[in-house]
Amino acid sequence: MNKTWNNKAWWMVLPVVLLVAFSAVIPLMTVVNYSVQDTFGNNQFFWAGLQWFEEIVNSERFHDALARQFLFSGLILLIEIPLGIFIAMNMPTRGWALSVCLVLMSLPLLIPWNVVGTIWQIFGRVDIGLLGATAAKLGIDYNYTRDIGDAWFTVVIMDVWHWTSLVALLCYAGLQSIPQAYYQAARIDGASKWAIFRYIQLPKMRGVLLIAVLLRFMDSFMIYTEPFVVTGGGPGNATTFLSIDLVKMAIGQFDLGPAAAFSLVYFLIILLLSWIFYTVMTNLDKQGR
Amino acid sequence: MAEIYLKKLAHSYLPNPQKPEDYALKEIDQVWEDGKAYALLGSSGCGKSTLLNIISGLITPSQGEVLFDGKDVSHLPTEQRQIAQVFQFPVVYDTMTVYDNLAFPLRNRKQDEASIKARVTEIAEMLELSADLKKKARGLTADAKQKISLGRGLVRQDVAAILFDEPLTVIDPHLKWLLRMQLKALHQRLNRTMIYVTHDQTEALTFADQVVVMYDGYVVQMGTPQQLFEQPEHTFVGYFIGSPGMNLLPVQVDGNTAHLNGQSIPLNTHYAPQQGAKLELGIRPEFTQLSPSPTANSLPVTIKRIEDIGRHKIVRADYQGQEVNILVPEDQPVSTDYHYLNLDPKHIHLYANGRRLKRESAA
Amino acid sequence: MSTKQTTKSSRITRQGVVMTLYLIFLLLPIYWLLNMSLKTNEEILSTFSLWPHDLTFQNYMTIFTDPSWYSGYINSITYVLINTVISITVALPAAYAFSRYRFLGDKHLFFWLLTNRMAPPAVFALPFFQLYSSVGLFDTHIGVALAHCLFNVPLAVWILEGFMSGVPKEIDETAYIDGYSFGRFFTRIFMPLIASGIGVTAFFCFMFSWVELLLARTLTSVAAKPIAATMTRTVSASGMDWGVLAAAGILTIIPGALVIWFVRNYIAKGFALGRV
Repeated sequence: MNKTWNNKAWWMVLPVVLLVAFSAVIPLMTVVNYSVQDTFGNNQFFWAGLQWFEEIVNSERFHDALARQFLFSGLILLIEIPLGIFIAMNMPTRGWALSVCLVLMSLPLLIPWNVVGTIWQIFGRVDIGLLGATAAKLGIDYNYTRDIGDAWFTVVIMDVWHWTSLVALLCYAGLQSIPQAYYQAARIDGASKWAIFRYIQLPKMRGVLLIAVLLRFMDSFMIYTEPFVVTGGGPGNATTFLSIDLVKMAIGQFDLGPAAAFSLVYFLIILLLSWIFYTVMTNLDKQGR
Repeated sequence: MAEIYLKKLAHSYLPNPQKPEDYALKEIDQVWEDGKAYALLGSSGCGKSTLLNIISGLITPSQGEVLFDGKDVSHLPTEQRQIAQVFQFPVVYDTMTVYDNLAFPLRNRKQDEASIKARVTEIAEMLELSADLKKKARGLTADAKQKISLGRGLVRQDVAAILFDEPLTVIDPHLKWLLRMQLKALHQRLNRTMIYVTHDQTEALTFADQVVVMYDGYVVQMGTPQQLFEQPEHTFVGYFIGSPGMNLLPVQVDGNTAHLNGQSIPLNTHYAPQQGAKLELGIRPEFTQLSPSPTANSLPVTIKRIEDIGRHKIVRADYQGQEVNILVPEDQPVSTDYHYLNLDPKHIHLYANGRRLKRESAA
Repeated sequence: MSTKQTTKSSRITRQGVVMTLYLIFLLLPIYWLLNMSLKTNEEILSTFSLWPHDLTFQNYMTIFTDPSWYSGYINSITYVLINTVISITVALPAAYAFSRYRFLGDKHLFFWLLTNRMAPPAVFALPFFQLYSSVGLFDTHIGVALAHCLFNVPLAVWILEGFMSGVPKEIDETAYIDGYSFGRFFTRIFMPLIASGIGVTAFFCFMFSWVELLLARTLTSVAAKPIAATMTRTVSASGMDWGVLAAAGILTIIPGALVIWFVRNYIAKGFALGRV
């Protein structure tokens, strides 16, 4: 669409800018302010320069949390994206069955995040949880509070449970937008199911998949509440992701300077990665043109 | 390639059709010859898409059979019918190159790459797509994309018929003509059976050997463009084909004379009396003449408007409240003083309830 | 149309199996919570049962009779609704501007707005606490609603812009030629055209505000405390009160389920954010 040049449009975006600036710019400035100062309490601050940044960027603790974060986000993307596509392709296309699927699939998305954590905390417990108790009965040694592998398994499966439906619903919307003529043409051309998927469905889902990958990447990189409720970041620091570590540092230890520097580095990493994802995926899109 | 026999075919979307109105496609029994170009012409909702979908296999007819070369295919799925189809909106595989698009149906049928290459090159040449073979299909214009979808049908040697479902809908007007001519030339060269659905009479008449006109679920006439013009079997054909369409005037008939509000018009032949039917006299504007003074059996008319459209003029006249159109060649003088209309008896048709009456030779 | 008749039966079975398995996977943990909420604590801890043998609604009664429990619900719903209304009100004109006009810095502004959707709440929790305390918004509904605007407003602008771009510009121009003022055009003609978009946006705002807890808990203490935060109180002297915890969890699922039920026909389109 050709848009007309009109600077008066600024008046229409002004409320949004003011509102978001109030909630974004001022707190961000506060964070920046903390990140370059040191304090010995009593609200006395000293200029600390880039000291905290150097400390954070070089600290093993940050590296470990970052590595865990990448592992987690990578794992859930690897599971949720293909699984979501698969589910979307198996969803009914009309009738009451569709309504039932849509409603039930959306259910996990609207559960408060700490309740999601609570559900899985209970579900996995060996004494009262269905999953834990069943595993115990089958003779599997499963305990997410002690075993690192079990803790990771629980956190990952919880995220898959929580968010795969979002990917599936996005893909479903993408699939629905494919005109019937494409399938007819493919049948006439004698295309196999795989060829239909590869050359019709996947290309048409590109747009929604970009949204799905971006949303899931951003949100999984910011995850805090759910794993915190289930494992509290443990056992040890095994499931301490970036946000959990940050809150431990800022509120638990009240190390404001390092925490602020941590925040900024963290935020920049998300921005950078989202930007890379976006550019790479839109470039792939353009290459297809 | 095949002859298509639509044997006692009818279709209703309702589970238990009772009345004729329940049928989207009323019973037809026709043979469509191998290698000819057919056009299915009609306004939207007339059943032409239903008929096309029955032939392509998207719809299983509720009664009757579809036979390709004598073989009943009514219950075969689309992919087993050896047909190709070009849709209203271009369907191409976006991520593939033009070459891969054209090769796709052959690769799916496991042909070897060497013969695929030869075939694709040949078809691309024919469709003037050779220069674009290495380009991605998605960036091309709508007309190029339609050529690709046509090409995917042409590369296969086993295709019994190629179906076109209003294929020029999204093509720019100045390219429509060009593409239509290419299609026509291709048909003459390949001699494949082609079935072309459209609501545009120009498209149908320029493309097809045989035009199948549909109206309200009925096939009202199948014939060459000339037959449709000279002997419309149905008032719908008369008024839908030609511009302006056929003039239709309510009349009473007595043997070989038509009575038009007291004015008698001699007819060439004798017609049997029609009880209780709505009778109409039809004559194309091309076969009427205006004159300044009364002649034998001329109708007194008032001229309302004269439109000059280049090669000829359209005169809009009024006969006792009925609009009558007259086509006047450019070099013939005409003015609003011309008050008398002559109808050429050779080209007068009579319609009872919309259907043309057969002439009773002699009486 | 009756298409694909030949292979129907086999495909439906496979689809059915996949979807049934997936839905069981989704519902089992929720069922388990429901199951627990209808049991006494004794039954939960002593026997392992797939359904409540000793059915009780006592856990729910505990919640409904204790003001600190149900006020949690009212608080949550209040700030979620305030947030949804604010987000949509400010996002509508902004999305219109982005979808119709080019102006100084528009692209940068749009990107900057979206970056706020990427900001981890954990980063902002502490500064929010200080900022909102200093301006007297701490522990108020409006405070939490404003904080949630940080991620909901950019999202609302993004979704609405997608829907608005789908409306041809000629409609605006025709309306102006017909003598509509901008305000009348926007409310009488344009908003009805993107009604489903507004519905979808409201759904997303509701969803993300309802499920967020980190900011909501940081910014409240008593007066505006969300229900999900109240849940953490069930650790009593005698250990966890599992039954009440489960009942509270089930009750937090209900508002979401109701909202889904009302928008179920828009869900598929809505999840594509109008950009398919």
